[in-house]
Amino acid sequence: MADDQRRAPAGLSGLQSPRSGGFLPDTLFGRIWRWLGAVLGLPRLLGLARGMKRLGRTAVTSVPYTWLLLFFLAPFAIVLKISLAESVIAQPPYTALVEWTEGAVMHIRLSLGNFSFLFQDPLYVDAYINSLKVASFSTLLCLLIGYPMAYAIARAPEKLRPALLMLVVMPFWTSFLIRIYAWIGILKNNGLLNNFLMWLGVIDEPLPMLHTLFSVYVGMVYSYLPFMVLPLFATLVRLDKDLLEAAFDLGCRPFTAFLKVTLPLSFPGVLAGSLLVFIPAVGEFVIPDLLGGPSTLMIGKMLWTEFFSNRDWPIASTLAIAMLAFLVVPIVIFQKVREHQAEKEEQA
Amino acid sequence: MIKPKRPREGNGVALVPWQDPDATPLLRIEGVTKNYGAVYAVDNVSLDVYPGEFFSLLGASGCGKTTLLRMLAGLERPSTGRIVIDGQDMTDVPPYERPVNIMFQSYALFPHMTVEQNVAFGLKQERLPKTVIVERTREMLELVRMKDFAKRRPHQLSGGQRQRVALARSLAKHPKLLLLDEPLGALDRALREHTQFELVNIQERTGITFITVTHDQEEAMTMSSRIAVMNEGRIAQIGTPPTIYEYPANRFVADFIGAANLFEGRVTGMEADNVLVRCDSPECDLLIHHPQPLVAGTPVTVALRPEKLTVSRRDKGHLTNGVRGVIQEMAYLGDVSIFHVRTEDGAVVQAQVTNLGRLAEPKLTWDQEVTLTWQTTSGALLLA
Repeated sequence: MADDQRRAPAGLSGLQSPRSGGFLPDTLFGRIWRWLGAVLGLPRLLGLARGMKRLGRTAVTSVPYTWLLLFFLAPFAIVLKISLAESVIAQPPYTALVEWTEGAVMHIRLSLGNFSFLFQDPLYVDAYINSLKVASFSTLLCLLIGYPMAYAIARAPEKLRPALLMLVVMPFWTSFLIRIYAWIGILKNNGLLNNFLMWLGVIDEPLPMLHTLFSVYVGMVYSYLPFMVLPLFATLVRLDKDLLEAAFDLGCRPFTAFLKVTLPLSFPGVLAGSLLVFIPAVGEFVIPDLLGGPSTLMIGKMLWTEFFSNRDWPIASTLAIAMLAFLVVPIVIFQKVREHQAEKEEQA
Repeated sequence: MIKPKRPREGNGVALVPWQDPDATPLLRIEGVTKNYGAVYAVDNVSLDVYPGEFFSLLGASGCGKTTLLRMLAGLERPSTGRIVIDGQDMTDVPPYERPVNIMFQSYALFPHMTVEQNVAFGLKQERLPKTVIVERTREMLELVRMKDFAKRRPHQLSGGQRQRVALARSLAKHPKLLLLDEPLGALDRALREHTQFELVNIQERTGITFITVTHDQEEAMTMSSRIAVMNEGRIAQIGTPPTIYEYPANRFVADFIGAANLFEGRVTGMEADNVLVRCDSPECDLLIHHPQPLVAGTPVTVALRPEKLTVSRRDKGHLTNGVRGVIQEMAYLGDVSIFHVRTEDGAVVQAQVTNLGRLAEPKLTWDQEVTLTWQTTSGALLLA
């Protein structure tokens, strides 16, 4: 680049490197330009402008970093710190990490007991496993219901699509909490569904649906379905129609064509949707608390109990950190796949 | 250009199939129409394609040629009419059951498969033995000279390479009919010319009947055994490239294929096998070869190709098959020069002169008075 500029005739290339007059060739025009620049203080002016520009750029890019630092990294550090402390009956209810004793000796107390405690008490392990199980099943159910929905919307006439997408997003207009409470009204023993079934004569006495695993799944699938449908739709709608026709032409019946072409090509959407459902589902607290029964053991609910009922902040923090560790793994996999895809697209 | 495969004519040795009443067509399109409400994409098209042909559907964009091709592939269903392939009615047969393959304009290569997997895809659907699939795939990749790229993915290939993979994939199943939608449309000019010959070569080696869709008349002329010129969903003319060029059936074809001067006039008489035509603009008398007798007063159009006109500086007075005028525009294209000559009554006639010698000083220049003359066999008489 520098070489090119040196070889280039005096022109705009000189303007772009005002502080390094050496870049300007020693021609008459170059000399006049440098002299003019020196007289008018142009180099400093341009340098200042450049500095301002760089500052502006830094300011813009620093916004998300600052955000992450303030609202993610800092709280995370605090939670991590608490998880390494011990529970005491005091204000705050945990021991300090750093203590100064006489003689200016700094004591750092890192208690890893909370972490080993998690593995000793089967309750926590069960809660983790159960959370993963519920989240996996919910993700699978969302995928099974969401894929046909997304496919239908992507194949719908172009004029209809915004309306259909709107219908998917519409529930967000009502508060999440209210919608979950509404499900209580539907699922409870003298709720809408039971009354309707009894009116039909299908059942004679109310089916216990609320506070079961069933109601938890209903709530999960209902709440997280849009997060599955939207990324799937985005992938499916971009799918080249020619590819499907090529598959037909080469002898695929519609279902085979779907299996061999549509499904593998929509994999990025499946992955994105699944993660968007799975990650929040693992830590979900409201749904198991409101719709689940006493037997629905989930980590989000455990966390709540430890924090608010038992006032054991260190254990609650440890649970949160452990959950994060569980969730980071799928995120990293997702990121890797996406990078791989981006690379491929770049090559193409 | 080079057409060694085309059957020889004359001496009764071998008739070209489309002139042989006993020949059975491989593809028979019978009165096929495709309409979307009041819009007719394809309007009552009938044509026959014979085995081993390289048939082109030529027309401007939106003339219905691609819709017709898609109906042959089964990707679109005709509103009315029949499509018969090798004696079997295929009108309602789905694409995956037709002995036909199509090469898409976008190539439509599967991005999640390697070159090899793409080519083998159709064979796998037939559930052929694995050894056959491997062998056939290798053979196809060799045919299109892509053997070294078998493990690559489509996004790692250039446009020309993708085109060849798409061709190999559509040929792999040995279809009775191969349909090509603008096969060279996405290639740059130099590659396109080279690929034209390669495509013809592959067609001859495999013996598969090709039907291509193109908007490029040069491409159609170079490759085809016959061309169907389409206009607004209908067929304007079907014929061999020389027939289409020398004997356009109507004004549309004369105008669409190459350049043509269209002289409108009325028949004034017959002279042996020639028709005498009086034209008003430019004002002239034409004597044109046309063996069928015509009634005097019939309105006709005479199409004259610019390269069939002779430009001379001499004033030859009033003559049949000639007009006088002034050079209004001229363009030197290297091998040829094109002249726009304005006649006395304001009509502009185009003439093309081959630059035979290397002239330091061209003899013809702007504002020069010239005479344009032609032969009785130079023009084509059009009734429509």
